[in-house]
Amino acid sequence: MRYIPMTDQDREAMLASMGLSSTEELFADIPEHLRTAGGLDLPPALSEAELIRHMKALASKNTNLEDTISFMGGGAYDHLIPAIVKHLISRGEFLTAYTPYQAEISQGVLQSIFEYQTLIAELTGMEAANASMYDGATALAEAALMACNATRRNVVVLPDNLHPEWQEVCELYLKNQDVEIKYLPYLEGAGTIDHEALQSLDEKTIACVVVQQPNFFGLVEDVDPISEFVHSAGGLLVMAVDPISLGLLKSPGEYGADIVVGDGQSLGNTMSFGGPSLGFFATTGKLVRRMPGRIVGETVDADGRRGFVLTLQTREQHIRREKATSNICSNQALNALAAAIYLSVLGKEGFKEVAYHCLQKTAYLRRRLSEATPFKEKFTAPAFREFVVTGPVDWEAVNEALLKDGFLGGLPLKRFGMADAALFAVTEARTKDEIDRLVELLGGMS
Amino acid sequence: MTSKTGVPLLFEISSPGRRGYRLPELDVPEVPVDELIPTEYLRQQEAELPEVSELEVVRHFTQLSRLNHGVDVDFYPLGSCTMKYNPRVNEDMASLPGFTAIHPYQPEETVQGALELMYNLGTYLAELSGLHSATLQPAAGAHGELTGLWIIKAYHEANGEGHRNEIIVPDSAHGTNPASAMMANYKVVEVPSDERGGVDVAALRKLVGPKTAGLMLTNPNTLGLFDENICAIAEIVHEAGGLLYYDGANANALMGIVKPGHTGFDVVHYNLHKTFSTPHGGGGPGSGPIVVSEKLAPFLPWPVVAKEDGRYVLKRPEKSIGRVKSFYGHFSVLVRAYAYIRSHGAEGLRQVSEAAVVNANYLMHHLKSLYHLPYDRHCKHEFVLSGKLQKEQHGVRTLDIAKRLLDYGVHAPTIYFPLNVDEALMIEPTETETKETLDAFIAAMRRIAEEAENDPESLKSAPHYTPVRRLDEARAARQPILRWKKE
Repeated sequence: MRYIPMTDQDREAMLASMGLSSTEELFADIPEHLRTAGGLDLPPALSEAELIRHMKALASKNTNLEDTISFMGGGAYDHLIPAIVKHLISRGEFLTAYTPYQAEISQGVLQSIFEYQTLIAELTGMEAANASMYDGATALAEAALMACNATRRNVVVLPDNLHPEWQEVCELYLKNQDVEIKYLPYLEGAGTIDHEALQSLDEKTIACVVVQQPNFFGLVEDVDPISEFVHSAGGLLVMAVDPISLGLLKSPGEYGADIVVGDGQSLGNTMSFGGPSLGFFATTGKLVRRMPGRIVGETVDADGRRGFVLTLQTREQHIRREKATSNICSNQALNALAAAIYLSVLGKEGFKEVAYHCLQKTAYLRRRLSEATPFKEKFTAPAFREFVVTGPVDWEAVNEALLKDGFLGGLPLKRFGMADAALFAVTEARTKDEIDRLVELLGGMS
Repeated sequence: MTSKTGVPLLFEISSPGRRGYRLPELDVPEVPVDELIPTEYLRQQEAELPEVSELEVVRHFTQLSRLNHGVDVDFYPLGSCTMKYNPRVNEDMASLPGFTAIHPYQPEETVQGALELMYNLGTYLAELSGLHSATLQPAAGAHGELTGLWIIKAYHEANGEGHRNEIIVPDSAHGTNPASAMMANYKVVEVPSDERGGVDVAALRKLVGPKTAGLMLTNPNTLGLFDENICAIAEIVHEAGGLLYYDGANANALMGIVKPGHTGFDVVHYNLHKTFSTPHGGGGPGSGPIVVSEKLAPFLPWPVVAKEDGRYVLKRPEKSIGRVKSFYGHFSVLVRAYAYIRSHGAEGLRQVSEAAVVNANYLMHHLKSLYHLPYDRHCKHEFVLSGKLQKEQHGVRTLDIAKRLLDYGVHAPTIYFPLNVDEALMIEPTETETKETLDAFIAAMRRIAEEAENDPESLKSAPHYTPVRRLDEARAARQPILRWKKE
């Protein structure tokens, strides 16, 4: 096989040096009746050239969004990715390393995670961040569990306008830990959380209230009253934020959030059919030791030079086993590295511009749709990069038609129980011309 | 520049006004921001991102990369992690726009290639495991464990046996096993190992009962030893009404040789980033698909990929536990693992396991005269040495041996694990290393054994030739500095 360097001579010499005559002797302790008889039923091996041909044929059966213009969001977004991201994360020293257990020969990964933690802490306005979680949804579930442990309470309040898949993930994680979930409705007109519904909650039991900002419908929530409510109730404010929005919107730190999570796909990671992305996780200084996952800290070496190590490891599974804060081991280090490179090369001004362009281009599409089509916006609260459009059409059929013209339309919300609506996203990657053409096509379909 | 003081943080080389990336000019008419978003919702305190040029970013991360060890750099015998070569063609394949530039909510008709790949990968994993159906959703091995335990729990509850609240794990188990059981709200019961390194069957018999939900086991276990009593173990657990969970971290030993499902396991997870060569990425992303027996298939997380009338669709299994993460799993990792399996075929995968086992035994055989070998029998893909002779005779700890290995240019083995071996060194060479590399490792370990005898101080102060010297971990934990801050 092409990745096994062992020659027949090697094998013979190695076996002979052990006093063996066949490989089979090394498997003699496996009872015969447990052996796989007749080999595995798998397709025949392909050479590199054959593999490439086969994989390209498979890939070509997918409609890719380099050739098709996407207005779809709902948790995965077509943002611009600077060319250097792919080049730098492809360096073998990063790509083919594992968790930096041996710090002295892992300073590259460790320092880049330290920088990533700093960038996330800066974006969210929080004191500290961990080295990453699997994705936004699992990060939120772990944040809710952390809030329960920190407050010794067991009611988690989720808004109805939280991403439906994130709701499902939270349900699975929380119900298996005997945590009760209470849902907060959203206002039918505004599309944001109904603050009056907070009053019906039993304050003494609330571990946390979760706010997604912007919410699943792309709308900006008024977080201050929720922050005041949950803190006076003795619970924690958990915010699930879109990182791109933090170039413009008030940071969770400014709202007094206690735990902040989000999905980092937008930060320099390709959509790749939904994964891998990364979950970011940040908190206050007070709660740092309750965080799940790896954390990198600064220290010095034997000569007094600055260096970085995995730290606060007594929270983790390999030390604490069943008493760990989480079972997470492998995380999303390479995706976090991509995020760190993305944020660094965009820089302070560039990152704000991305948010500004998203806002302006989204506003332009909203305006054009209302001017040139009979479709209406469903909600009235301010929108950032996504918004819900309604109209008496089958949005899946609309999308089929748009695809013929090279457009991937908004996300039909039928799958989430809103048959007359679709969620449109406009990133900085879209152009005025693309938006105008979309409006023209939609105008002809109503 | 890389210097005695190391690579500066990007924040430390930031210069106000410097830019690294230009967006296209904004081509839509602008509206004042406060007409779109009320001012009180806007950020007041700005994020202190660095202000650096593109070349500065490229140099910074290139310099950092040079401080890092990877499989591409040199030998990486980190036990239980299967640090094999990551074929570059698989990187290219995962980068095809047809795989990277696809949205998870695109109409199914427009992602038939992606769904076909996932469907077939699930089928291949089912064939390898000897079980019925797969979910590719779990993000990593530990996430697969948690998913498997949730399925076991849902199964017992569906049978009116929700009172089963204990998961048994061996004392040699990976730390994720008990931690995952905790996340699924199980009580963890530990079973000791016997004198041959396997599960103590007599002890297990006493531990099982009406509260037993299941047993988590890896086979070969973390000592690299095949548990010959696996059939008896399976029978004991099944007779008590429990299920068997297979931790696939060590699956590189048995491809095409033993199917875990045929040895009594009901749920199996595979670490695609170990056995199937997807790169570890400095700590992730991994991927931890699980395969289950027919009776557990209705409980799989949704969506799963099914084939109906020649097209591929996303379905919800009848009694699905729900979703374990967003979307469908680490798709681009799945692409790499699929490519790996297609490159090898049945015979190739068996050869992988055979070569991995020959390499591990070769190292073990030539190192056991230098270091204590607690279980002297043929190993599978890895083995565990103990540094206890060096500790007792020369005051040199396993940590010192590991740090000295770094001076010889190789990554250290996994150390102080498994917990049931004193001063453990867990060594896994994998099949992709040459005999010459293995011989060099043996020579380095021999030199270190000699140094322990003649010059123990040089080990205690190792490493000497790495980018930094031994780091003060206690200080990092005592006074945590977890980020840079603007002065």
